[in-house]
Amino acid sequence: MGSSYDAVIVGAGHNGLICAAYLAKAGRKVLVLERRHVVGGAAVSEEVFPGFTFSVLSYVVSLFRPSIIRELDLPRHGLEIIPLETAFTPQRDGPGLCRWPDASESRREISRFSQKDAEIYPEFSATMTQVSRFAKNIIDSQAPDPSSLRPQELMALLRLGRSFRAGEHGSLDLQAKLFTMSAVDFLDRWFESDVLKAPMSVSGIIGTYLGVRSPGTAYVLLHHYMGEIDGAFRSWGLSKGGTGGISLACARAAEAHGATIRTEASVESILIKGGKAHGVVLENGDEIQARTVISCCDPRRTFLGLVGEESLEGDFVQRINRYKFRGSSGKVNLAVDRLPQFRERSGSAHLRGDVAIAPSIDYLERAYDEAKYGEFSRRPYINVVVPSLMDPSVAPPGKHVISCFVQYAPYHLKEGPEKWPEKREAFGDTVVDTLAEYCPGFKESILHRQVITPWDMEHEFGLSEGNIFQGELSLEQLLFQRPAAGWSRYRTPIQHLWMCGSGTHPGGGIMGASGQLAARSILESRQL
Amino acid sequence: MPIPTPFHSRTSRLCTSMQWKEWAGYYSVCSYGTSHDPEYFAIRHAAGLIDVSPLFKYEVRGPDAASFLSRVTVKDVRKLKMGRVTYLCWCDDHGKVVDDGTVSRLGDEHFRVTAAEPSLSWFDRLRRGYDVEIEDSSARIGVLALQGPTSRDILAQLTDAELGEIKFFATRRCRLAGVDAWISRTGYTGDLGYEIWVDAAGAETVYDALIEEGRAYGIMPAGLDALDTSRIEASFIMNGVDYYSAHHCLIEDRKSSPYELGLGWTVQLDREPFVGHAALKRELETGSRRRFVGLDIDWEEVESLFDRYGLPPELPTSAWRDSRPIYDSSGDWIGQASSGVWSPTLKKNFALGQVPREHSQPGEKLLFEVTAEYRRHKVSATVVETPFFNPERKRS
Ligand SMILES: Cc1cc2nc3c(=O)[nH]c(=O)nc-3n(C[C@H](O)[C@H](O)[C@H](O)COP(=O)(O)OP(=O)(O)OC[C@H]3O[C@@H](n4cnc5c(N)ncnc54)[C@H](O)[C@@H]3O)c2cc1C
Repeated sequence: MGSSYDAVIVGAGHNGLICAAYLAKAGRKVLVLERRHVVGGAAVSEEVFPGFTFSVLSYVVSLFRPSIIRELDLPRHGLEIIPLETAFTPQRDGPGLCRWPDASESRREISRFSQKDAEIYPEFSATMTQVSRFAKNIIDSQAPDPSSLRPQELMALLRLGRSFRAGEHGSLDLQAKLFTMSAVDFLDRWFESDVLKAPMSVSGIIGTYLGVRSPGTAYVLLHHYMGEIDGAFRSWGLSKGGTGGISLACARAAEAHGATIRTEASVESILIKGGKAHGVVLENGDEIQARTVISCCDPRRTFLGLVGEESLEGDFVQRINRYKFRGSSGKVNLAVDRLPQFRERSGSAHLRGDVAIAPSIDYLERAYDEAKYGEFSRRPYINVVVPSLMDPSVAPPGKHVISCFVQYAPYHLKEGPEKWPEKREAFGDTVVDTLAEYCPGFKESILHRQVITPWDMEHEFGLSEGNIFQGELSLEQLLFQRPAAGWSRYRTPIQHLWMCGSGTHPGGGIMGASGQLAARSILESRQL
Repeated sequence: MPIPTPFHSRTSRLCTSMQWKEWAGYYSVCSYGTSHDPEYFAIRHAAGLIDVSPLFKYEVRGPDAASFLSRVTVKDVRKLKMGRVTYLCWCDDHGKVVDDGTVSRLGDEHFRVTAAEPSLSWFDRLRRGYDVEIEDSSARIGVLALQGPTSRDILAQLTDAELGEIKFFATRRCRLAGVDAWISRTGYTGDLGYEIWVDAAGAETVYDALIEEGRAYGIMPAGLDALDTSRIEASFIMNGVDYYSAHHCLIEDRKSSPYELGLGWTVQLDREPFVGHAALKRELETGSRRRFVGLDIDWEEVESLFDRYGLPPELPTSAWRDSRPIYDSSGDWIGQASSGVWSPTLKKNFALGQVPREHSQPGEKLLFEVTAEYRRHKVSATVVETPFFNPERKRS
């Protein structure tokens, strides 16, 4: 095959597609190769049962960069994001706590547990808005490299520092503490009621093999918090037609700029000569030449799989080996014939957001305890969303889709990860049983069920060890250390080989930032 | 004091926010909930049910009905086929817009006109010599706008009408939840949607049925705030906001011609004289002073402007309609934006307004006034094509 491209991108995850769109927009000849039959990677919608479209893995959008939406004109390519409005924490023996867009209503709800918390809540939100302005700079720029003293770098660091110091409420002090604190320590400084703190603390453990009381989780909480307070952008929401809608819009934008996308085209390896990448070989043997190769796969797959240890230095291989995955989440998607009925709540207004099965800090910590010893939690944290309530296009009229994100489902079962297929249905039962404790009659409403274990995520979706973020989103794997110190800027030790997936700064989630920043770096490098 | 519309018993029960305003003398809901966002998103992703009964409505009947309307308005209404709706405007003798609205042909000799302002006396003044009757049906008929991608599926549950036949800008008489009604494939949101016209007596029955059947399709009652956001995204102008009726203007400069409002496409000049004909012909030859344009206000600049004060960008939470100045690139005043909104769908900051013709080409760089931390600033704004939001389903 004599075809030759400016850039070949391995993997049509949303980051790969965004990277492709930017490169194509800049006039480059781009080819995207995807192993599966659909584009999107972890951001994918599939009609798993007739009439029911599931966001198979990722299910809410929170950090997707508004600049990408504007620059790639994604709404014209079909992107529509519907904001989520509420955050509901049900209880087994009461109406639970619902936080509403209406501040007064939230205050009254929280007051039922603690009047003090209710009044501090807006103050907390204001402080987090300040903190998130700092986070926003981090997400929208290349990771600063502290080991280098080039003036450019210093400027970047300074910029981060300044925007952070501008914050009030002593946020500089807050920054130092954030790096060492646990999510619970951090929230304890503000609030006293468990039912409020528990669902908030969970942001600190999503996609990690840590508990809400583990050190460093406060920082991760901040990393995620940004999306929720992105103000006018209202980017905490659902994508119409499921999260795959985002990927499809990115794909259409890339194609509109002239990129070619091929599905069912699995890359076997990256062609390397003299330390330089010059193309890829597909599983079917086809060779494709390219001036640059960009991998949207996670660092392990990229380096130990597609590149191969023989082309890398031992030190680098070791660092990639040390890069942690430790997947800890599962997903259960349900088709139901009616809305779930939570205790002492009528109507559906409280379901127009996310529902967190996180009744207390101890509950979450106990869920982690079991995971520590290689078992899935018998009573897990579950994040429930009912997308069909706001987007009727994903279910037949009157029926609904329920998306359950579940933690912990550790990849490393004590019997070994390969035992997951045997445990799949038991895991699914646990999730349904847990929900039924909060929703009488829930089991009877289920028409279909899809259970996805970390093992499935690895084998079906190419996520090593089933980590949802292409590598744990823990403090030591963020910023200039993602995926490895010295290689946080989308370059790799192989010349003309770049990375653009969530395994790079600023990390996982449907953000698009990695793809956007990678494209920018590649274009600036003038290699292309 | 405002009075209730035929749907008031229902809308007042649903309007838990108590956010009302007056519209043409009627109580109208701004937003049913404390925030109008869910209502806006229902219009774009499911269906919003909006009570638009305060529209002024006139039944024009008689052998001369078609030629009368062709005389009064800028369009040759005689060509309007049975069961079709058309959008148009009408002018004074000087070719300045008096009002805009739709005309539906409900029968050979029966048309329904909608208007933003009371228009009976104006029509009556021009009636001499025409064999027509004009009835003000405003209070007699309740109107609901059912707008959004699931609107067709909802109606299909409730009517015997062949909805596939009610194409974009068509209207049909039918039974809807057992009530005699007209359904038109029209709206003010730029989305797939319908307007439903019923006698006040059947209004509540129809409303209840729509809400009940609509539940499985995500229906939500939607207020005027959600409607306003949608109509700006769809770039529809509004009398009293984006222009002033020639009848109310104390100074000439405030009046607008159809060409200046982007309504030139509704003007049909090659026919017998109509009100404003000569003036409009002249304007077409000599060229209009102004043009109605869409502006995309540079978001990065707005962001960095607020950043200078250490603030995240502060935006009005809903559409604005207090006019704001527009300047040319050297900073001189050239016109004004009359309404605008942060588009929740396109994630852009848009405005509609009038500028001199020489500054109206898409791509033209202008400056727009933004207030940050009490201080006035100018940020870049680019003239862009309208409508801002124009999904395929709008015409489907
Ligand atoms: C269960 C789950 C829930 C999540 N929930 C959320 C959420 O609610 N909100 C959120 O923001 N984020 C969520 N995430 C995270 C988010 O989905 C990911 O971080 C993001 O989608 C990753 O995008 P990416 O483009 O970087 O990589 P990926 O989506 O991982 O894309 C990599 C692509 O490469 C392809 N590929 C792999 N190997 C090859 C090969 N050899 N040849 C060709 N192609 C190959 C894969 O098939 C895949 O399409 C979730 C993730 C999971 C798994």
